[in-house]
Amino acid sequence: MSRGRLAIALIGLVLLVGGLAWGTAGSYGFGHYHALYGRIVARDSVPDRSATNAVSVTTFDYRGFDTLGEEFILFVSVAGVIVLLRRMRGESGRDESLLAEEDRRASESSRWLGLALVGPLLVLTVYIVAHGQLTPGGGFQGGVILMSAVAFVAVGGESVVLLRLRRASSGVELAESAGAAGFAMIGFGGLVATGTFFENFIAKGTSGLLTGGFIPLANIAVGLEVAGGLLVVISELFDQRFTRERS
Amino acid sequence: MNVLLALLLTLVGAAGTITVTIREPVRQTIAAGILSLLLALLFFALQAPDVALSEIVVGSIAIPLMLLLAIAKVRDQQTAVEGEAEDVGRGDER
Repeated sequence: MSRGRLAIALIGLVLLVGGLAWGTAGSYGFGHYHALYGRIVARDSVPDRSATNAVSVTTFDYRGFDTLGEEFILFVSVAGVIVLLRRMRGESGRDESLLAEEDRRASESSRWLGLALVGPLLVLTVYIVAHGQLTPGGGFQGGVILMSAVAFVAVGGESVVLLRLRRASSGVELAESAGAAGFAMIGFGGLVATGTFFENFIAKGTSGLLTGGFIPLANIAVGLEVAGGLLVVISELFDQRFTRERS
Repeated sequence: MNVLLALLLTLVGAAGTITVTIREPVRQTIAAGILSLLLALLFFALQAPDVALSEIVVGSIAIPLMLLLAIAKVRDQQTAVEGEAEDVGRGDER
């Protein structure tokens, strides 16, 4: 590294450390929480919404509008990936045929590990999404776990599954769009029924899975969108990897 | 701050440093995945299980998977280009 670059790096480091120290000097000690918002949410989420996971109540109910924005960010990014990768395929005149069998064969151990994990991961997806309003988790985490279950099938050497998924991609895209639209509809449901966007309009229940008003519905919608969107991205990437360039 | 938090913070710092010092992309991706798992443990110890779950699924599953696929694609193209260069070389010999 030249002397000039070292000097610039040192100046940056000093500014960063100094700025961080100056900025955090007056704050409360580690582990001493003093803000009001968190305390109010933690106190109100059980009597107010019959849901024990205050994080879910905040993201889907109290701050549902923020989450709607995040949903559309994901939706637009997935659309961007589709536009980029599919256009490249058309331009280079890709061969739709697969690479030869020996090029995409997985080792025996990763086959067994991948295929053995698929069932437990599917069960975990359902559990995480269904208990989103009660225990940590929810639609977003469940959606990514569902995507990882499909990815484990592909890691186990069955990449044909992902190619089939891409060729039948309209179904996956439909799930993604239905999830995104469903979450917005929940918001509009609040607008129609109570006059406030994202206000709870369903019976809150008392105990068990059907509590928290529309939060379980929101979890399912978000799970559909996240799983669908990530599956589209992953299958496009696998498709780039496992199909041959036409020479 | 108790011993568990101190240990986890040290581990996260060490894993982060190791991740940026590794130069080989595949190894770096795996190291980043392990860093995410350690971060998830730290979040869990700080009583943020929701964030820990998100960190596990995004940092150790989604991002490494996409990175590995992209790296594999780049390597495929590199070997294809090298293969063509070899073919040209053989043509000169003839």
